[in-house]
Amino acid sequence: MGLTEAFTLVCVVAGAILFLAGTLGLLRFPDTLSRLHALSKADNLGLGLIVLGLLPLQASLMGGVKLVCIWLLAQLSAATATQLIAGIAARRKPGA
Amino acid sequence: MSLVFDIALVAGLIALALHVVVTRDGRGAILGFIAFGLLLGIGWARLASVDVALTEAAIGGGLTGMLLLRAHAHLGREIAPEAMARGEPRRWLAPAIASGLVALALGAVVLAFPRPAPSLAPQAVAALETTGLGNPVTAVLLAYRAIDTLLEKIVLILALVGVWSLSRDAAWGGASQLRPAVIPEPLVFLARVLPPFGVLIAVYQVWVGADLPGGTFQAGTILAAMALLVMLAGLRPAPPTQARALRAMLAGGPALFVLVGFLGVAVAQGFLSYPEAIAKPLIVGIEAALTLSIAGTLALLVAGPPDKAPAS
Amino acid sequence: MSALALTSASLFGLCGAALVGIGLFGIVTNPDLLRRIIGFNILGAGIFLVFGAVARRGAAMGLGGDPVPQAMVITGIVVAFAATALAVALLRRLASLTGSATFDAATPAPPPRSDA
Repeated sequence: MGLTEAFTLVCVVAGAILFLAGTLGLLRFPDTLSRLHALSKADNLGLGLIVLGLLPLQASLMGGVKLVCIWLLAQLSAATATQLIAGIAARRKPGA
Repeated sequence: MSLVFDIALVAGLIALALHVVVTRDGRGAILGFIAFGLLLGIGWARLASVDVALTEAAIGGGLTGMLLLRAHAHLGREIAPEAMARGEPRRWLAPAIASGLVALALGAVVLAFPRPAPSLAPQAVAALETTGLGNPVTAVLLAYRAIDTLLEKIVLILALVGVWSLSRDAAWGGASQLRPAVIPEPLVFLARVLPPFGVLIAVYQVWVGADLPGGTFQAGTILAAMALLVMLAGLRPAPPTQARALRAMLAGGPALFVLVGFLGVAVAQGFLSYPEAIAKPLIVGIEAALTLSIAGTLALLVAGPPDKAPAS
Repeated sequence: MSALALTSASLFGLCGAALVGIGLFGIVTNPDLLRRIIGFNILGAGIFLVFGAVARRGAAMGLGGDPVPQAMVITGIVVAFAATALAVALLRRLASLTGSATFDAATPAPPPRSDA
């Protein structure tokens, strides 16, 4: 196993663990805002680590750029969705 | 190792489907269905059908989910709560046994598939050169079985005519109301930032679909999603359904397809056969026109029947 | 075509068969018509998945699967969406005319709302 494979393995496993932790938080945390917090950690950092881990395996530069674009788009949509849900939660229960 | 992943995926799919069917929470069922569509997209990728995976994730998960969520919200406003929550006991044993038998019979059929499996892949690859394409799925959709795709476009238009004709008489020709009463700021931001990227990705999908996974349906769905996002955020109103330009765009794709089809009668071997020298430019041209009309049709199908009277 | 890929294809085919059963159960037992539409979509997904197994088994010539069933499934997904949209529009009209999202008209139908 070369150095790049080891790097990929470490990053992807770390990302998967973050996803697992995020899911656990989503299921176990008591209120909307902390559940959102757990979810965005998984979305941002977990996906970011998996993309980072897959980058060295890309044959071409374009493949890597596309992967990073996917991560950025996922970031944008996750941030928006989180804001929207948090906004509704705040309107329903002021002070939460 | 990959078999373990497949088993976990299949178990997840079946568990989600069961949840969607038996849960009492209507909105929960729809959200479960969206998750089911996305998971099924991974399943299609595992079956080495990336074109189908893209379509399933975009249409099965995304657009159908939005359609159902909108319908759920609409029904919630129309229906009195007491009419919704009638908890009469349902008979479930006989349907469960019958459905189980159907599933078992189909499972037996799956296990009894002939070996070696029949395949049209060799023929599809052999004729690929005459079309100038590199993606055999696109070749099937737009060359070998182009008549299917043409008829499917017509089915889409007919479905849209059906949806429009369900509007009230006064609203015929008017626009659908997509704009919510309160528009959250982040949604407006997303609707300003995302569409340029969405259009870029859609153009890329059409272009790359000739040789790699991608194509008109996936691109059309992305464009439809962008149009819906812009209308939902209130940046642009939904177009009135009597607008000439809109109707020309919707009919343009199938019309061009039919035109090229008849051109085939004149200069090639028959209806929908392309002259070999210009097969690829013709196919890409049809794809571009189809993408626009698919995008319009899908977005308007989600928007639903017009409910505002036309301006004039 | 390796034995492992064949097993995986059969696995998804069986999953498709199970989804057909689950979707059928949902259509038959749910009085709520929106839930029946969802059941119809699950049933369709199951049938497509059986097709996907057929496509995967037909892998040859360096392709991951037989492109003909794949293209048919793409067509099928789009047509299923069109059918779902039409069904949803019919249901919305039914609900605004009768005030109910089911077929059993146990409740007396209120007069049609003009602003629906």
